[in-house]
Amino acid sequence: MANHHEKIEKSVTLMAILTVVAISFGALVEITPLMFQKDTTEPVKGMRALTALEMEGRDIYIREGCNNCHSQMIRPFRAEVERYGHYSVAGESVWDHPFLWGSKRTGPDLARVGQRYSDDWHYAHLLDPRSVVPQSNMPSFKWLDEAVLDGEIIGKKLETFNWLTKGKTHKDEAGNYIPLYTAEEIAGAQEAVAGKTEMQALIAYLQQLGTHLK
Amino acid sequence: MVMTEFWHWWVILLTSISLIGCFWIITVNLKNYAGVPEGESMGHEFDGIEELNNPLPKWWTYMFYFILVWAIGYLILMPGMGNWEGLLGWKSSNQGIVSIEESRALSAKAIDEGLLVQFDQEVKHADEVYGPLFKGMADKPILDLAYSDGLCFEKNDGKYSEIACVDEAKQPQGVLEVEPYKVGQRLFLQNCALCHGSDARGSTGFPNLTDNDWLYGGTPEKIKETLMHGRVATGMAAWGPALGGEQGVQEVAQYVLKLAGRKVNDKMADAGKAKFALCAACHGANGKGGVANGLATGAPNLTDNIWLYGGSKRAVEESIRNGRAGVMPAWKDVLGEDKVHVISSYVYRISHPKK
Repeated sequence: MANHHEKIEKSVTLMAILTVVAISFGALVEITPLMFQKDTTEPVKGMRALTALEMEGRDIYIREGCNNCHSQMIRPFRAEVERYGHYSVAGESVWDHPFLWGSKRTGPDLARVGQRYSDDWHYAHLLDPRSVVPQSNMPSFKWLDEAVLDGEIIGKKLETFNWLTKGKTHKDEAGNYIPLYTAEEIAGAQEAVAGKTEMQALIAYLQQLGTHLK
Repeated sequence: MVMTEFWHWWVILLTSISLIGCFWIITVNLKNYAGVPEGESMGHEFDGIEELNNPLPKWWTYMFYFILVWAIGYLILMPGMGNWEGLLGWKSSNQGIVSIEESRALSAKAIDEGLLVQFDQEVKHADEVYGPLFKGMADKPILDLAYSDGLCFEKNDGKYSEIACVDEAKQPQGVLEVEPYKVGQRLFLQNCALCHGSDARGSTGFPNLTDNDWLYGGTPEKIKETLMHGRVATGMAAWGPALGGEQGVQEVAQYVLKLAGRKVNDKMADAGKAKFALCAACHGANGKGGVANGLATGAPNLTDNIWLYGGSKRAVEESIRNGRAGVMPAWKDVLGEDKVHVISSYVYRISHPKK
């Protein structure tokens, strides 16, 4: 054991390799098994795929960076459950790509905001948050009401989600996985969203959040 | 949270390797390989700063070993080694839930059997402490709660139970006096004020709750029903086309404003009256709305000059032209019946001030 230490300290390559080995243990133990576990790959019973319009709304949610200020993760603490509803469970997120759990709550958690307020409320709130919540520091998103969707790539998005969720969807009676979207839904997706405003899409997305755990 | 055999052993193996690895690294690094006595110079110096061959402090080394022993104890008591649930059986919450029903069953089981499920234990504790307070209120009729001067609760062994209130001066220490409508107000501010406003006077599209003018009825039972299950308005259709376009819209608007006792163009209002038959299905032939006519349509009273979507000529025309539909969300699952009951008493009180 004559001074191996010095060898490691003086070789950047060796040091880097050994560092990666050392820090990989945590991930290998804590994350890798989850990718193959039934609990974290089986959707909750009431889970349904996002509609084409909701999917567009999801992309607007990501584009506008809503997840920078709003989490979608209710932790299993009583205080949090009193405020937001049942804590989030793994089976609600299995079709999320990417996850929109977020990590910062400048605004409230949105994991179960769906159906909690009316569409009209969301509309008023997104146009001018302070019209309904005077203390709010949320920016106004009024351009969403003017931007109209053309839905050119929505069909492709749905197809991509079929691919991303392979083997993690509901099963039919014969035990085969049912793809999230049928060919018809994919073909009709553009028609379903074209002409709708981004505001409508975002509200549709918000109104289904957290409503699948029944 | 059950892993397959492979992942079970995978976790155990890697966890063990990392523990043993840590032990090995600290042990071999305690030896002096440099051939330089402790505290002497390692033979290089820069700008007067010299590296000495100093070993790790003893207290630090012992702490490291102690933490390794702690880790072993932890992994025996707590879940960590694959499917091993730990001697304590501790969990932060029930895992792998696929429905609310399943979640409720698991929570009930955890509470019944005294399992160490952190979340369920928190809820159990809160139910024991605060449950009797809400139960004490929920057991009383909404009317009684609305005008109650206060309910008194005594705390014994960490649990509240209701007692008769006596004069404040004679009240024994530790008795909690609760004014139900204030509890209701607090809950209202947290959950309802977003739409109805902190003074409950609403705004365009969101009803004013203080004016005793109701879309679905203002009795205690109806208020509670609205809060519990929500309301989805039958929805006023866009009447523009059916009324024969802009002319028809304006005539009906004039008639509606006349019903509310406003000054209007009588000729147009008369023309609008003939067309109002279309509106009578929901608002009643007299225009007094759903509640007065016993129709569960949520159609507002048009004769009282109280306007949900604005009472200007322009706003009324807009309502007729393009229709309106309001939604009140259901609160049963979010707040639970006991709290809804208490909020109902608050809403009743502010809409029916004590004579």
